[in-house]
Amino acid sequence: MRIQYWLNGKMESDEILPGQMLYELLRKKGCYSVKCGCETTACGLCTVWLEEKPVLSCAVLAARIDRKHVMTLEGLQDEAQEFARYMGQEGSDQCGFCNPGFVMNVLAMARELDNPGEEEIKEYLAGNLCRCTGYISHMRALKRYLTEKGKGMRL
Amino acid sequence: MNIAHYVKAKSLEEAWQLNQKRSAVILGGGCWLRMSPRRRVATAIDLMDLGLDEIRETEEAFYIGAMVPLRQLEISESLETYTQGAMKEALRHIVGTQFRNMATVGGSIWGRFGFSDVLTLFLALDAEADLYKGGRIPLSLFAEKTADTDILKGIYLPKKKRRTAYASLRLNATDFPVLACAVSRTADSVSCSVGARPMRAQVRCLPVGTGMTGEEAERAAREVADSLSFEDNMRASRIYRHDMAMVLCRRLLLQTAGEGD
Repeated sequence: MRIQYWLNGKMESDEILPGQMLYELLRKKGCYSVKCGCETTACGLCTVWLEEKPVLSCAVLAARIDRKHVMTLEGLQDEAQEFARYMGQEGSDQCGFCNPGFVMNVLAMARELDNPGEEEIKEYLAGNLCRCTGYISHMRALKRYLTEKGKGMRL
Repeated sequence: MNIAHYVKAKSLEEAWQLNQKRSAVILGGGCWLRMSPRRRVATAIDLMDLGLDEIRETEEAFYIGAMVPLRQLEISESLETYTQGAMKEALRHIVGTQFRNMATVGGSIWGRFGFSDVLTLFLALDAEADLYKGGRIPLSLFAEKTADTDILKGIYLPKKKRRTAYASLRLNATDFPVLACAVSRTADSVSCSVGARPMRAQVRCLPVGTGMTGEEAERAAREVADSLSFEDNMRASRIYRHDMAMVLCRRLLLQTAGEGD
């Protein structure tokens, strides 16, 4: 079956299989930031935006993006690099495996929540698992990022 | 996923016709299809173009389309006000934001999952399931039926003056609940729904009005817990669940005691 969609702002058209998952299609399109980690919708590694909302591309049928907008980390390079610098400075990059999904969800959160408190942040990002850090350094990076970007955070 | 055909239904009638074959599947959020990768689906039927992804509010009721994502329920200000925050409390622990952007009300209710926070809360709120062929039936009746080939269009939530509260017990954040409990109180009765027993949620109605002492709440909570069956699984024992049901029910009964607003 053929679908038409926007990938990182560019119109695309592809022939797909009915059961093909979105992350498989995105990796075929060269979006290697998108990885399938747990295959059980639990880890958040495969996070992309569908119609500007973060979703798990391991559980979205590619057929469902027909006529829709998909955004991956490759389409948000400048913002992603900016936040990743804070992660590096605070030591929350570590092995780096979970970073793409985490960054995608952080950037979605920064758009969706105004002046979030620490509990709201933890709740929003609860679907992104990291086995290295214990999340303390993530929170330091987030506090600095949100504060210095003027996005605000209730402390 | 092993799907032979994918059809974006143009009408509910088309979806229903396609769904009469055993190997057909109606897609909700699709989150659980992923869990059975070896399952062969002849026709996956998508309802996403049928306008079932809206929450409509009238003077008398809320109507929640089957394709409304859980996140949309969670952030709905009118539902938060109507349920005094119970809607958000029931949903915010479910996996993660991304998951709740995908999982739908219809998928959660139709699945009649034992662990469902969504079913637990809606049962206490006296909701009705709106079926394409079967019409509107009480959710408590729907929950007891086995899945057939009808289609869930949405959930009808009648507005009443009530106070509602929700609590769940989890071993880990984002995990399935060990026990889920919702209490909703009107002027003359209170509905106590207990889910994750670990079987699907069941509701009990008690003929009590506003106001309740600690002793009365203790008695009512014991009555509810004793009337339900519980089972063991890897998360908790039957006895633990029974005792925790009493604790959560008592807390919520006291929390909802007082004048409704």
